[in-house]
Amino acid sequence: MTKTDWAYVSNDLVYGALFIYTISFIFYTYETAFAVRANKEGASSAIDRTTTLKSSKIATTVFVVATLVLFLGVIARGVSASRVPWSNMYEYSISGALTFALAYLIVGRKYDLRWLGLPISIAVLLILGTAITLLYRPSAPLVPALQSTWLVVHVAAAILSGGVFLLSNTVAATYLWLDRMERKGERTPFAKRLPSLEMLDQLSYRLVAFVFPLWTFAVIAGAIWAEAAWGRYWGWDPKETWAFITWILYAAYLHARVTAGWKGRKAAWLCLLAGSTYLFNYVYVNVWGTGRHTYSGL
Amino acid sequence: MSAPELQGISLLRYLWRQLTSMRTALILLLILGLASIPGSLFPQRTQSPLKVREYFESDPTGAKWMDRFYLFDVYGSPWFSAIYILLFISLIGCVVPRSWHYFREIFKAPASAPSSLSAMEGFQEVDGELSSAERWLKSKHFRIVREGNSIAAEKGYIRETGNLVFHLSLIVVLLGIAGSSVFGMRGEAIVNVGERFINTPTSYDNLTPGRFFSISNLPPFTIKADNFDATYNPETNAPENYELKVTIQDGIGTPEVKRLVRVNEPLTFGSTRVYLQANGYSPLVTVKDLNGAVKFEGPVPFLPQDANLTSIGAIKVPDMDPQVGFVGSFLPTAARDKVRGGFSSFPELLDPRLLVSVWKGDLKMDTGVPQSVYRIDTEDMERIGLWALSIGETYQFEVGSITFNGVIPWVNLQVVRDPGKQYALIGSILAIIGLMISLFVRQRRIWVREVNGKLEIAGLALNRLPGLEDEINKMANEIKEKK
Repeated sequence: MTKTDWAYVSNDLVYGALFIYTISFIFYTYETAFAVRANKEGASSAIDRTTTLKSSKIATTVFVVATLVLFLGVIARGVSASRVPWSNMYEYSISGALTFALAYLIVGRKYDLRWLGLPISIAVLLILGTAITLLYRPSAPLVPALQSTWLVVHVAAAILSGGVFLLSNTVAATYLWLDRMERKGERTPFAKRLPSLEMLDQLSYRLVAFVFPLWTFAVIAGAIWAEAAWGRYWGWDPKETWAFITWILYAAYLHARVTAGWKGRKAAWLCLLAGSTYLFNYVYVNVWGTGRHTYSGL
Repeated sequence: MSAPELQGISLLRYLWRQLTSMRTALILLLILGLASIPGSLFPQRTQSPLKVREYFESDPTGAKWMDRFYLFDVYGSPWFSAIYILLFISLIGCVVPRSWHYFREIFKAPASAPSSLSAMEGFQEVDGELSSAERWLKSKHFRIVREGNSIAAEKGYIRETGNLVFHLSLIVVLLGIAGSSVFGMRGEAIVNVGERFINTPTSYDNLTPGRFFSISNLPPFTIKADNFDATYNPETNAPENYELKVTIQDGIGTPEVKRLVRVNEPLTFGSTRVYLQANGYSPLVTVKDLNGAVKFEGPVPFLPQDANLTSIGAIKVPDMDPQVGFVGSFLPTAARDKVRGGFSSFPELLDPRLLVSVWKGDLKMDTGVPQSVYRIDTEDMERIGLWALSIGETYQFEVGSITFNGVIPWVNLQVVRDPGKQYALIGSILAIIGLMISLFVRQRRIWVREVNGKLEIAGLALNRLPGLEDEINKMANEIKEKK
């Protein structure tokens, strides 16, 4: 196959993944809707757990298939350009969606995260949808500054961290939502199926603690690369500045939890704030920003 | 009441304690993050001087006010420096005593059992003997202290080492950064292909030495630019490869060596590195007066304005009478449309064209005010001609002629001496290792006490990582089995 063929195969696979994620999303919606509908009928015993359980199992299986297809799509994109598939915003987005989905599946093996399926399938669909419609650029060779082994290391670390940060944010947001519900009274029957506040609190912390060293590494690897490519390891380029801000906020978050004993609501808000600086960095610098990290091709 | 001097000293001591508390260090770190935001929203002089000029042109008053608050020089501004100097002091003041604390923690014996174990984590009562509990803890490499009828055990001390390493290496990073700015230098020079760069102060277009860097210490290397190859993607116009072939000589009398410089592969001379940072074109021109005498001849570097290397520049000929200046643009692949006028549609030399407008009058080169070599102040001059030249073409104007002989590429070499960077790197790597140890190592205590023939077991997870209860359950089961 020629390089162009591979690029087409990749596009087909990414579209295919989008389609399969949509099916998974429909099953997750069905599951959620069923539980919520039972709630309207009143007694919590009215929930038909077998139906939703089946639906949620189908949804997760379909989700796994979609992730597999997306994985192949990302690989094909890499083959089409004979390099790692994360050198512009489109590629970063499909790779990012992949790591996000994988993080969900991997963490889901240890914790019961099926309840997160709906928000996560929505997030993956949004990321892939934006990537395909707004960010798509044809597969092309690298500009000289990107021709470095550090592209593999630095960007991979940044994407992986981003996927886990996003997952931790989803968990923290769920915490805040349920926390609000509990303060107002009792959880709705659907919400009762979700994990306890304490478990959510712990999970979002553990995700951050797990990935924070990787993020630190991404920043340092970036500095080493910048030294080789641009002649300075730190230059307050907008992307560097925001990566630093994200780093500071997560560092403050970890410090606040371990040393000052923060937990619960305050910690969840800080976690959301830190995660949103990552997202802001991803969108702002590529779309409106200036600086040397503008490889989106937009 | 104490004497006023004492008040002064105690006030200072109070301020010092406040400044060096961990809380202040964290707050300063957050403020530093906050303070760095404007620098990412507004263009910075050090990064994009052209965009800053656009601000000044479109809104002079607004830009002037922004400039007063250093919004175009955020990272070199007094207020930003103030924050990071305070942070620096605060970090050192916070980290050094803390490191001592961590250091002592490493060798500390486990804290003795609290009076009531039932309030601690994983509390349970089992039938068993204290000695088998001790054996179990020993076999798991706990540090153990036995006090009468109870045992205090602790494991995971390496976490304290991790804390210590992390905090101390932050200081190493800061010292590295400071060292670079004080003992380092950076400079830039545009070198036409075929020319030789000699590392002396006068060869630079701009040179920024650190406070304690003596310009006479520039290492005596030379770099001759032999050939520069740039290839571009024919569909996207994006660059695909830059390759600069050079002949270098590292000091007088040393042999010449051929080398290849690419964007990610700088040249290294000791602690000085030379980077290929930008490239453009220098049109080769000859300017003659009406008698045919050559008044100027050679390459003139033009500055690229866009990705297709549409470039602008100026040719100044002060030796003519009256003085003559050419305000020019150079198009490697000439194209034209109604909106933009002449522009370049591809960065390679497919159809090179030199557009010049000819001015006569006073170039004001001897006023002592430094001038841009790429611009001409035409206020007191008169325009006497306008022409687009192809290669080989000559344009006659009122007081002479200009011939466009050809084009050679130029490269922008960035010379950087950064003696602190190794320390910053080593510091960061140690910081990550220390951080991972302190985040992932479970430091926990387990206490066992014999009460009425039964064993009470409980523990404390010092950094709140899970797993302690499982461990205690396992321990309890194994002690039971022993019995």
